[in-house]
Amino acid sequence: MDFVSVVLLSHSNEIVRGLEKLLRQVQSEVALAIAGGTDEGEIGTDVFQVKHAIESVYSKKGVIILFDLGSALLNAEMAIEMLDNQENIVICDAPLVEGAFAAIIESGCGSSLEEVKAAAEGAKQVNKL
Amino acid sequence: MLFTVNELKSWFIYLNEVIQSKKSYLTDLDQAIGDGDHGLNLARGFHEVTKKLESKEYTDVGALLKDTGMVLLSKVGGASGPLYGSAFLKAATVLQGKESATPTELTSALEAGLDAIKARGKANLTDKTMIDVWEPVLEFLKESGDEVNWDEGSRLAEEKMNATKDLEARKGRAAYLGKRSIGHIDPGATSSYYLFSTLFDVAKGVNK
Repeated sequence: MDFVSVVLLSHSNEIVRGLEKLLRQVQSEVALAIAGGTDEGEIGTDVFQVKHAIESVYSKKGVIILFDLGSALLNAEMAIEMLDNQENIVICDAPLVEGAFAAIIESGCGSSLEEVKAAAEGAKQVNKL
Repeated sequence: MLFTVNELKSWFIYLNEVIQSKKSYLTDLDQAIGDGDHGLNLARGFHEVTKKLESKEYTDVGALLKDTGMVLLSKVGGASGPLYGSAFLKAATVLQGKESATPTELTSALEAGLDAIKARGKANLTDKTMIDVWEPVLEFLKESGDEVNWDEGSRLAEEKMNATKDLEARKGRAAYLGKRSIGHIDPGATSSYYLFSTLFDVAKGVNK
């Protein structure tokens, strides 16, 4: 089965490494890549790392990107612009942890890019208490 | 006067010196309303820019600006990387293949840079960002054409930087603070002031 791939983007490498482990407990088939921290291991995001992460899991069915804070979004947008094929790479307006959880489970069901994006963004509305 | 690769190189070397010396000040400004990395990020970025520019011979001012943009994109880390990076990459396309630029031509290039900053950051005037310095300074440069009073440009940039103190942040990490961002000068506006004042100082030196 084809899956929508997931890219996790954070200012902190540890955050996305930890999140990847968490997600792998529930889903091991969906292609998942992470980009976190700068190329020198500092806090920040690196457009080339994001681009590389997208390329490494690129799927015709689509790639969904989840990010933590503002400037990660700028670099995600730039990375997509640098890639030739733009139409099936989308950025999600979702909380990183909950959104990524919802996304990878939805993707594992073989859902479309739109469905995976909707699932991730739906995590915004979930009450935790 | 003309801006050749020598003037632009001097600009970035001088800008790097200023950024390095103001590193902690920029960090302090950013700690007040952001995430406290602006000084370190820019210091790292512009250090790498000067290393790159000093290691290479250029004849094309567009190529020099393109390298500057690429280094900032890859080395800065925070929001200012993609913002300044996009600005210089866009400016580079305007001056591509040129051995020098008149003040008017450089202004056009920097205007394209401002458009890139606005498109990338989705911010506008009075959002308490670097745009609050860029936009009025470019307005001034456009009106000046090739006859620029560089000191007046620097004064204007400084005044606009200081004016961000009274604004409420609507973009970036500072926007989370809302009204509490009032009373602090914006770090991005401050680094943009350094960017323009160093350029204008270099331009003045050339005029002599």
